[in-house]
Amino acid sequence: MKSIKTTWCPGCGNFGILRAFINVIEKLNKEGIEKGKIVVSSGIGCHGKISDYLDLPSFHVIHGRVLPFLTGLKLANPELKAVGFVGDGDQYNEGIEHLIHAAKRNVDLALFVHNNGVFGLTTGQMTATTPRGKKTRSTPKGNPEYPINPLLLALSSGATFIARGYAGDMKQLEELMYDAIKHIGFAIVDILQPCVSFNNTWEFYNKNVEKLEKEASDIKEAIDIILSEKIYTGIIYRIRKDTFEESLGILKY
Amino acid sequence: MRKVVRGFYAIAYAVKLSKPNVICAYPITPQTEIVENLAEMYANGELENCEYITAESEFGAASVVLGASATGARTFTATSSQGLLLMTEVLYNAAGMRLPIVLAIANRAVSAPLSIWNDHQDSISVRDAGIIQIYVENNQEAHDMIPFAFKVAENKNVLLPFMVCVDGFKLTHAYEAVDLLNQEDVDNFLPPYNPVVSLRIDKPVAMGCYAPPPTYMEFRVALEYAMERAKKVIEDESKEWYEITGRDWGAHIKAEYCEDAEVAVIAMGSIVGMIRDVVEEMRKEGMKVGLLKIRTYRPFPAEEIRKALTNVNKVIVIERSLSIGSEPPVTLDVKSALFGHSSQEIHSVVLGLGGRDVPRTQIIKIIKEVYEGKVKPGKRYEGLKEFEEVIP
Repeated sequence: MKSIKTTWCPGCGNFGILRAFINVIEKLNKEGIEKGKIVVSSGIGCHGKISDYLDLPSFHVIHGRVLPFLTGLKLANPELKAVGFVGDGDQYNEGIEHLIHAAKRNVDLALFVHNNGVFGLTTGQMTATTPRGKKTRSTPKGNPEYPINPLLLALSSGATFIARGYAGDMKQLEELMYDAIKHIGFAIVDILQPCVSFNNTWEFYNKNVEKLEKEASDIKEAIDIILSEKIYTGIIYRIRKDTFEESLGILKY
Repeated sequence: MRKVVRGFYAIAYAVKLSKPNVICAYPITPQTEIVENLAEMYANGELENCEYITAESEFGAASVVLGASATGARTFTATSSQGLLLMTEVLYNAAGMRLPIVLAIANRAVSAPLSIWNDHQDSISVRDAGIIQIYVENNQEAHDMIPFAFKVAENKNVLLPFMVCVDGFKLTHAYEAVDLLNQEDVDNFLPPYNPVVSLRIDKPVAMGCYAPPPTYMEFRVALEYAMERAKKVIEDESKEWYEITGRDWGAHIKAEYCEDAEVAVIAMGSIVGMIRDVVEEMRKEGMKVGLLKIRTYRPFPAEEIRKALTNVNKVIVIERSLSIGSEPPVTLDVKSALFGHSSQEIHSVVLGLGGRDVPRTQIIKIIKEVYEGKVKPGKRYEGLKEFEEVIP
C-alpha cells in the first residue's frame, strides 16, 4: 500500500483512521480480496482527502453524496466492496437524508464517519454533532441547537451494523472497520475524531471512551447502549437482514 | 469612515447596516467568512431584531430565508459554487414567488474537477432563474451594492431576489481601503421592507399555489416584466446612491473611453480594474481603446451596450465562464444585443477558469493582437496550456 504526503494538520484524528484502514486493506488483500474490488468514495471536508491518500480505486464526490453514489455503484456492480468515508458535516448535515435511505435499503456497504463535531475544512463551524452551547465560528454565542445522535438515527433507519470507534484507538478501530466491511448489509462506524485545530477532543475522549464489553442482543439493548451517558466504543448492534442487492435479486452471498 | 478591511467584512458590515431580520447560511469556501462575520456581529448584539442560524445545507439555508421572506422579513444568505448550485431549486422558487432575498455570491469554479478558486461559472449558471445579478469590481462596490440590492429587490415594481457577485478570494479575502457606510445614510436610503403580501395573522394568504396551464405562463412572463422594470429602478437608485455617497458606479454598465475607441473590452468583476489600468496606459500611448464594464448581467443591458459601442469597430469580450456546447454566455448576450444594429468584430476570450492567474501582460497581448488585426474574430482561450486529450 502506497500513500502520499498528507495535508492534514499534525495530530489530526484522520491519521489514525487512515492507518487503521490501510491495515485492514492489507489484511483483506492477504485473504485474497484484490485491491480493485474495494472501491472508496469520500465526500467534501478534511476527511475527503483520504481517497487521495489511498492506493485504491476511488471517487471523491460532491458534498454529502457518498451514499447515493455508492448505492448506484452497488446496483451496477454488486461484486464491488463499497467503502464510504464521510465527515459529520458531510453526512449528518448536507447528506443526512441519504443516511436514512441507504440504511433503510440496507445497501451492502461500509460507511466510516470522521466525526469531529465541527466543519474543519472551512475552519470551525458547528455541525449536526456539535454539542449544545459550544462556541464555534458560526455560533459565537454558543450553539443553540441540540446535536443529533447519529447511531440512534442509523439504527432507527434500519442499519444492520452499528459501531462506534475512536481515532485514538487504532487497534480497535481496525477491527471495527474490518468487521464493518465483512458485514453483509449497511454498516456504519461513527468514528470519534479529534480536530486539533478547531475541536480538540483528544484529552476528553482519552478519558471518557470506554470499550463496550458485549454487543447488544436486541434493538432495545442497542438503544440503551447508544443513549447511555458513557461513550462506548465497539460493535453495538448487528443483525443479518436481506440486503438491497438480495431484495432486488442481483446478488447472492 | 475609511478603513482597511477584507472583502468579506465589507460585505458583512453592509448587511448589518441594512438591518436584516433573518440570516441563514451554510459554510462553503470562500463565502464562509461573510456569514462568520455576521455570526460574530449577531453574538455581540450588533444585529437588532435579527436571527442568525447555520442551516444543514445550502438547500436548507435557501429554504430558511425563503420561509422568513414569506413572512415579510428582510433576509440575507451567501454562498459559492456547489452551494449555489444546490440552492438553485429554491432560488427559482423564490424568484417565482417574488421574494426579495439578497444573496452575496463569492464566485468560485464548479466541480468537476474540484476547485475552490475563482471564476464566474456558478452565478452564470443560474442566470435564467429570475434573479438580478450584479458583478462588482472591488470591495467598495461590493459594500455599496448590499443596501442597494435590498432597495431594488424590495421595490414593488421589482420584487425579485438580488445576487451580488463578488470574486472569491480575489475580492472576498483581499484587503482594501473601503469607505464604510454609516447607519444614518443607509437608513435614509433604505426604508424598512414593506411586503405586498406575506404570511401574517391579520391578512392570511395562501402562497405557492399550483398553476395549471391556463395560468402558469402569465406568472412566468410577469417575472420577465419585473426584470425589465428593474432596469429603470436600478438606474434611479444608482442616481440616488451617487447623491448620497458621491460614488458613481454607473447603473448597468460603465463605459470608459468608448466614444472614439477602435477596440473596446467588455468584462465583469474584479478583472475590470486591471483592464482599466491597461486601457489607460494604452491611451497614453495613443491607442484608441476603451473599456465597457458590465455590472448588471441580469437584467442584461443590451441597449446600453449598443449605445456605448456605437463608434467601436472591434469588441473583445473577456469571460470567466463557459456555456459548454455554445458560445460563452456574455458573448452570446453581447452578440444578441448588437445583432441587427451593427456589425462589429466580436472576439470572445475565455480565460482565468478555476482561478488561473491572468497576468497584466496577457490582457495587453489580447488587446494588442486585436488592435493590430493579428487575430480573427471568434472564440479563443487565453492562458490555456497545450494538452492532449486521451480519447480511448
